[in-house]
Amino acid sequence: MELSGIASYLISFLTFAGVYAVLALGLNMQWGFTGQFNIGIAGFFAVGAYTSAILTTPSSPAYLGGFGMPFLVGLAGAVIASTLLGVIVGLITARLRTDYLAIASIGIAEMVRLFVKNEDWLTNGVRGIAGIERPFADTLLDSPLTYLVIVALFVAGVYFLVERAYASPWGRVLRAIRENEPATAAAGKSIAGFRLQAFVLGSAIMGLGGGLYAHFFGFLSPEAFMPLYGTFLVWVMLIAGGSGNNRGAILGAVLVWGVWSGTELLTGMLPSEHATQGAALRVLLIGVLLQVILVTRPEGVLPEKPPRLIARKR
Amino acid sequence: MIRIDNVSKAFGGLQAVRGVSFEVAQGSITGLIGPNGAGKSSLFNIVAGLFPPSSGRVLLDGHDITGLPPHKLFHRGLVRTFQIPHEFSRMTVRENLMVVPPGQSGENLFKTWLRWDKVKQQDSEVLDRVDDVLKFLEITHVADELAGNLSGGQKKLLDLGRTMMTDAKMVLLDEPGAGVNRTLLGKIREAILRLNRERGYTFCVIEHDMDLISALCEPVHVMADGELIASGSMEALRQNEEVREAYLGGGASGRMGETARQPSTDEGEPS
Amino acid sequence: MTDILQLLIYGLVLGSVLTMGAIGVSMIFGILRFAHFAHGDFMTLGAYLGLSFISAFGLSSWWALPAAMVGMAVIAVFIDQVLYRRIRRTQPVILLIASFGMALILRSLVQLIWGSDNQTYASGIQFPWQLDWLGGMRLKPDHLWIMLISLGLVAGVHLFLTRTRLGKAMRAMSDNMDLALVSGIPAERVIMVTWVIGGALAGAAGVFLGIDTRLHPVMGWTTLLPVFAAAILGGIGRPYGAIAGGMIIGVSMEMSTLLIPAAYKPAVAFAIMVGMLILRPQGIFKGTV
Repeated sequence: MELSGIASYLISFLTFAGVYAVLALGLNMQWGFTGQFNIGIAGFFAVGAYTSAILTTPSSPAYLGGFGMPFLVGLAGAVIASTLLGVIVGLITARLRTDYLAIASIGIAEMVRLFVKNEDWLTNGVRGIAGIERPFADTLLDSPLTYLVIVALFVAGVYFLVERAYASPWGRVLRAIRENEPATAAAGKSIAGFRLQAFVLGSAIMGLGGGLYAHFFGFLSPEAFMPLYGTFLVWVMLIAGGSGNNRGAILGAVLVWGVWSGTELLTGMLPSEHATQGAALRVLLIGVLLQVILVTRPEGVLPEKPPRLIARKR
Repeated sequence: MIRIDNVSKAFGGLQAVRGVSFEVAQGSITGLIGPNGAGKSSLFNIVAGLFPPSSGRVLLDGHDITGLPPHKLFHRGLVRTFQIPHEFSRMTVRENLMVVPPGQSGENLFKTWLRWDKVKQQDSEVLDRVDDVLKFLEITHVADELAGNLSGGQKKLLDLGRTMMTDAKMVLLDEPGAGVNRTLLGKIREAILRLNRERGYTFCVIEHDMDLISALCEPVHVMADGELIASGSMEALRQNEEVREAYLGGGASGRMGETARQPSTDEGEPS
Repeated sequence: MTDILQLLIYGLVLGSVLTMGAIGVSMIFGILRFAHFAHGDFMTLGAYLGLSFISAFGLSSWWALPAAMVGMAVIAVFIDQVLYRRIRRTQPVILLIASFGMALILRSLVQLIWGSDNQTYASGIQFPWQLDWLGGMRLKPDHLWIMLISLGLVAGVHLFLTRTRLGKAMRAMSDNMDLALVSGIPAERVIMVTWVIGGALAGAAGVFLGIDTRLHPVMGWTTLLPVFAAAILGGIGRPYGAIAGGMIIGVSMEMSTLLIPAAYKPAVAFAIMVGMLILRPQGIFKGTV
């Protein structure tokens, strides 16, 4: 591969890792901080991606819209839509133990996928939505590198917001809920209320990730939101990086995306008649990787540690 | 201060509490004793809002608080500790205490993003209060330790410390002495007495250690088999035939005065 | 009317499949306190094991059933011993993550070994009986067998739970873990038997599904949601409730095709489940919340 090839591969790699980092930060808010088990990430991801796509693509007879709005409006729409979905799921499950949330969330993801696949008028069904443009399209700034910078800025912004939330009294209550619910209730905190906030914030972040993904990849179809890509990889990223640690979430996204892409390079060398086997082998490897981490180092590469006190000690 | 008015509770077919009434007077340290399975923990959990009674009422300062959830009771000045210490394991001792104070503006997500200075300033006030509590309980040396690493007795102190992080009127102590060594037990006793005298806290204490009960509590109520069978000072109760009978006849925890450890099933949560 | 009866039959057949899965999910939850997300893929793997068995020995379709049940019982215990047992001491929710990963491992193994194409146990079309006394309703022999065998398996589980020492121990553990452990119940053995039964029933569910439709690497995963819905409806941790839950979900899913597109069948299971979670999270029969 020549130098420019390597550079463009690297840019694409980092952009994907950045999108996944956003998703992992969202999951960390729900699981790492609060102990809420969401395995319907793919659903929130898809809602964000499709919302942004429908808002920003040029008008099309095949599906709702598009409305030809600017990039940022699309992203805002993505966040709002996934926030609403998060409120609905959160209200239903905030009082239930986390296994029920897990089951309900997988149901939500499945419903979203069914809906996206079958409601052609809205999403163009299995044919998908194409031609989602990057910001600054048709200007001098339009390049994969620009988009990488934009994604990086969003990762940094989300990191700043969740890190501050983590260190704040708000984050302290979430961690207390995760550690011991009865004691947190006895300390006067409304468990359901805080849980709902954390779940919704996490959902909103996942929706943002979906929007960023749509404009990078340019094409959406229901296949992209199979539980494997949308949900499983994000979980492995967070567990590997260190749940409860925002830096861990980002690091995990880069590492696991590296492993995932690396295995693609390897299986790419297989003869083409074994292509489906190759894909299955990659999933197998990631699955085994997760189990190995869970057994040997469940706290991840960067384990959670209590945040520095925000107030100066006197 | 607290009036328990004819409270009963049944779990399925099991009648855990049968028509119990008594009052915890303002400024008192009231004891609640009885053999295992007497229904003390169930009664406690009803008062603390973990589950509602099957019948009867609980009044706090004349207001009906029956069935209010724990976080609402907290804001009315009623706090509790747990038989098995409920620390926040993966948080530092300091953080464990910092969780408690009500009305922290930093508990509002948007204020943490937009009014960071105010949040920080308020947090330093909270920290001052934490330092006082740590000093009072003499556990300053473990302030930055993860709470999960503390000894059982230190966790009990921490539980007690959390009740001091708010302006509580009424504190329910669920076996403050269980599983605590002699030295720390003395410390816990001192802390309770000082809180009662200096800050005017009213306490209601479940305890199996009769020495601790004698040292702290007046009056003491005795429960057996879900019912209230006697009340009075500890000396009077020691002479009371019915009370002796409940402890000896019930046979569950043996001789009165023994420091018995209850099995965790007595925590009283319905399955 | 005939339509409705016909859908009722389909619903009971689907309900039998879901029941087989839901009993296992419910028992595992009762004993180990976690939602077993690999259960759908247990079904898939069982179905394919059965396929390999009958094609290796040239047997007829139904021989897949014992092979799948035995195979999955062994594999379930193996997975528990190799993986789940090692992380059982941490929080149950870590087991949930592990089982989610296990689901994907099993599915990709199936793809690697058997490929991603649809397969069937027996080629050719089975001719249904025409039941004139029921308004000309048609009933496939296979469907009748699925229902009858499920009934037999449920009866077997019932006898095990009520008549054997281990079965009683299992119920005690599910009702009150602390008390059961204090009173000297052999926890490890109970856990092992839970996996044997859960695995065997999942294998049966997979074969039923394969006989009713066809084999595909995601056949189990797509059935997982209705299986969970059935378990929740019946009260999670309550094996008997799972039977009622399975039947209600199965029949509702098939009946719904009268009103909405068939693609949304899983949505019906989901809607019932969500309704249940809102109104009565402990299930029809009080389960472990």
